[in-house]
Amino acid sequence: MVTHESGGHHHPPSGFIRKYIFSLDHKVIGIQYYFLALFSVFVGMALSMLMRIHLVWPNAKMPFTPGGQMTPEQYLALVTMHGSIMVFMVLTTAPQSGFGNYILPIQIGAEDMAFPVLNMLSFWTTFVSLVVLVSAFFVRGGAPISGWTAYPTLSALGEIAGPGQGAGQNLWIIGVAIFCIGSLLGALNFITTTVDLRAPGMTLGRMPLTVWAWLVTAILGLLAFGVLLAACLLLLLDRVAGTSFFIPGGLVVTDTPIVSHTGGSPLLWQHLFWFFGHPEVYIAILPGMGVASHVLSTFSRKPVFGYKAMVGALGAIGFLGFCVWGHHMFISGMSPYSAFAFSLLTMTIGVPSAIKTFNWLGTLWGGRIQFTTAMMFGLGFVSLFVTGGLSGLFLAQPSIDLYLHDTYFVVAHFHLIMGVAAIFGIFAATYFWFPKMFGRMLNETIGKVHFWFTFVGVYSIFMPMHFLGLAGHPRRYADTTGVNFLAPLHPVHYFITIAAMITITAQLIFLFNFFYSMKVGQKAAENPWNATTLEWSIPSPPPFDNFAGHIPVVYRGPYEFSVPGATDDYIPQYLAPERVGKAH
Amino acid sequence: MKRKRGEQGSAAVAFSLATFLVIFTIVTVYLFLAKPAWGWFPPSITDFGKQIDAQFHRTLVITGIVFVVAQLGLALVIFRSRDHGQKASFFEGNSTMEFIWTLATVIMFVGLGLYGEHAWAEAHFQGAAPGALQLEVTGQQFAWNFRYAGPDGKFGGTKPELVSASTGNPLGLDPRDPASKDDVVSPVAYVPMGHEVEIIIRTQDVTHSFYVRELRLKQDAVPGMSIHMHFNATVPGEYELACAELCGLGHYRMRSFVNVVSQDEFDKWMRDQETALQQQ
Repeated sequence: MVTHESGGHHHPPSGFIRKYIFSLDHKVIGIQYYFLALFSVFVGMALSMLMRIHLVWPNAKMPFTPGGQMTPEQYLALVTMHGSIMVFMVLTTAPQSGFGNYILPIQIGAEDMAFPVLNMLSFWTTFVSLVVLVSAFFVRGGAPISGWTAYPTLSALGEIAGPGQGAGQNLWIIGVAIFCIGSLLGALNFITTTVDLRAPGMTLGRMPLTVWAWLVTAILGLLAFGVLLAACLLLLLDRVAGTSFFIPGGLVVTDTPIVSHTGGSPLLWQHLFWFFGHPEVYIAILPGMGVASHVLSTFSRKPVFGYKAMVGALGAIGFLGFCVWGHHMFISGMSPYSAFAFSLLTMTIGVPSAIKTFNWLGTLWGGRIQFTTAMMFGLGFVSLFVTGGLSGLFLAQPSIDLYLHDTYFVVAHFHLIMGVAAIFGIFAATYFWFPKMFGRMLNETIGKVHFWFTFVGVYSIFMPMHFLGLAGHPRRYADTTGVNFLAPLHPVHYFITIAAMITITAQLIFLFNFFYSMKVGQKAAENPWNATTLEWSIPSPPPFDNFAGHIPVVYRGPYEFSVPGATDDYIPQYLAPERVGKAH
Repeated sequence: MKRKRGEQGSAAVAFSLATFLVIFTIVTVYLFLAKPAWGWFPPSITDFGKQIDAQFHRTLVITGIVFVVAQLGLALVIFRSRDHGQKASFFEGNSTMEFIWTLATVIMFVGLGLYGEHAWAEAHFQGAAPGALQLEVTGQQFAWNFRYAGPDGKFGGTKPELVSASTGNPLGLDPRDPASKDDVVSPVAYVPMGHEVEIIIRTQDVTHSFYVRELRLKQDAVPGMSIHMHFNATVPGEYELACAELCGLGHYRMRSFVNVVSQDEFDKWMRDQETALQQQ
């Protein structure tokens, strides 16, 4: 641990550009990431809305499609871009780079991240990657149709494999590769900051679970994104430099022999991709787990049940997360013997996940629950995490996966667990930290309306998808008329589309609340939730160097709520023992 | 903020959230018990498929119990521990309970996983039974082709440059290879009922996936690989084969049929194919 000289190592910038655009302040960068994610999530939702409309009304006229109706390749372009934008630009950025950037340094009592310039570069690299990725829509052939998983050889052979597989696929690969670089820089910064810049007294055992979650996530990011970066470069070389990492010989595409490639393996990509891709799932969800633990404890006015077990579970999930990528590949043609190992390891990862769930219930038990909107999203997170996690136990078994793999059952599973649960984590974090970030409270009444639409909505969208999957409905189908056995499922699609329309429209409530409250919301006090961690010891919003030159000293653990004998039902981490009020 | 007293509306919010969770749990459990015809497996046509269904049901029972306990537990605690002016109790954990539920989930989840490996082993670790009918399945954007070795029992050679779907040689059979002369190529499959079939799954261009729901089988067709699976279908019928791996713009319509017929019907169909081949 490093002790700081007070006074800070850099001074507040004066110009608009240095202050808001190329800012070195972790708080501004966190908000920049948040807005990037906010923009992206609305783009991603709009794409999914178009997909849902097309599935139910295939003849509907769409404004942006030249022929009026959406073509299959346009549908698949939406599939690709929805997945890519949501996974990379929303689920990776908002929980980690957004809130992590803003809150982590303050929660550990630091003035900024360890490498502020690197931090700025991370954001702007990510911004460039978003621009490159989205630009794929506007080139000849449109966006790629190979999904966010970009399996070769579909993604490797170029335009001959389909529309969007030319320039669009190149831009996708380059965009993702740039994103990897930004994420690597960010991960490095998070780890260094957490290890080196903790305030006096902030021992590892006193770190809030949010900080633990961000730290484990950063370690995952550091180990995972490098692999994806390498995979992207190899794929790009296959496409533009004539290499054959992923392309075997002897292929024929629409009667045209591919003579320029030989010796590659499409499975190599899948291994590299999922070696990144599975940890990526945890990169999306671990910060949400941290936030849920934090919010549940705060608003049930009780310490987190089993703090050490929670930290251990985060670590176990992080470690096991690197050992289970093969469960995405049970039917890929990989050795069936390795499926044994991957399956058992995947079942094992259910154990720390279950521990977390039990501990959340233990945290709530006997508490005095305050139903703030943040808390409701935290409770929703727990429910969604259970529902989405349990369907994983089916897919983790290769025998059952023989039937369910690549069906809507998988779509339901991963949306609930890594999509919606993670989004609930983001919402909980937003309602919780908005006052700190913007100095005003979000409107609680509007917030609750937003919660109800969203909670009921996401279950209405994704629960029926399990049944589509049980009926054997393959995913990524542009149309449900090409295969006979899909015909009876049309009413289910109809129901899902209606639910999606309502749920997505309801997100405008959130958007309204966000900007409305930012302007005219009730002014936030320093510590509006009577919470315990360090961010609540400073003004809302905090000054440039967070603690105005006075690095706090930490005296206790992060969740001292309802401590017997104390007058208040919370004792902040920064409160010296002699200042703790005694009831008697 | 309000802290000393119970939050206004706390009971109503707690009640509605708990009620929603209870209703959600009941509806979910009901649907999974009701097995709606529109959203459930079609009947399995192999013994192997029945094993998979059994494992699915075991998993459904275990996950169902955990689901109900967790969701109702959450509902209960939300309602019970709502802020009605009480003081929160103070405890930071309980190692015995942590140990018990960790052990319980290890046994439950890992045990379930071990139990399910049997069906997988049967599908993948055992080869096809001796005397199995050899059936090659080849995917291409966006069609399936099936090839039978013919009377000589040997698949003939193929060459990429001879592939021409438009002129009736979708697999690129090499006419100079005598073994290829009697190879039957068909856009739909016929297999004899009650007879072991070994399928050899290939693709010409991109990854596809062979998926027949009633067989409970799915296997990617991977460029550069020939992957062997086997099955023995015991119920006659026409079963739809749908591509299950994203393969391009026509993915959604890349389907075919596997017809399970009696041995006599199969033999007749094969004779007709051979006759047609000789007349070409």
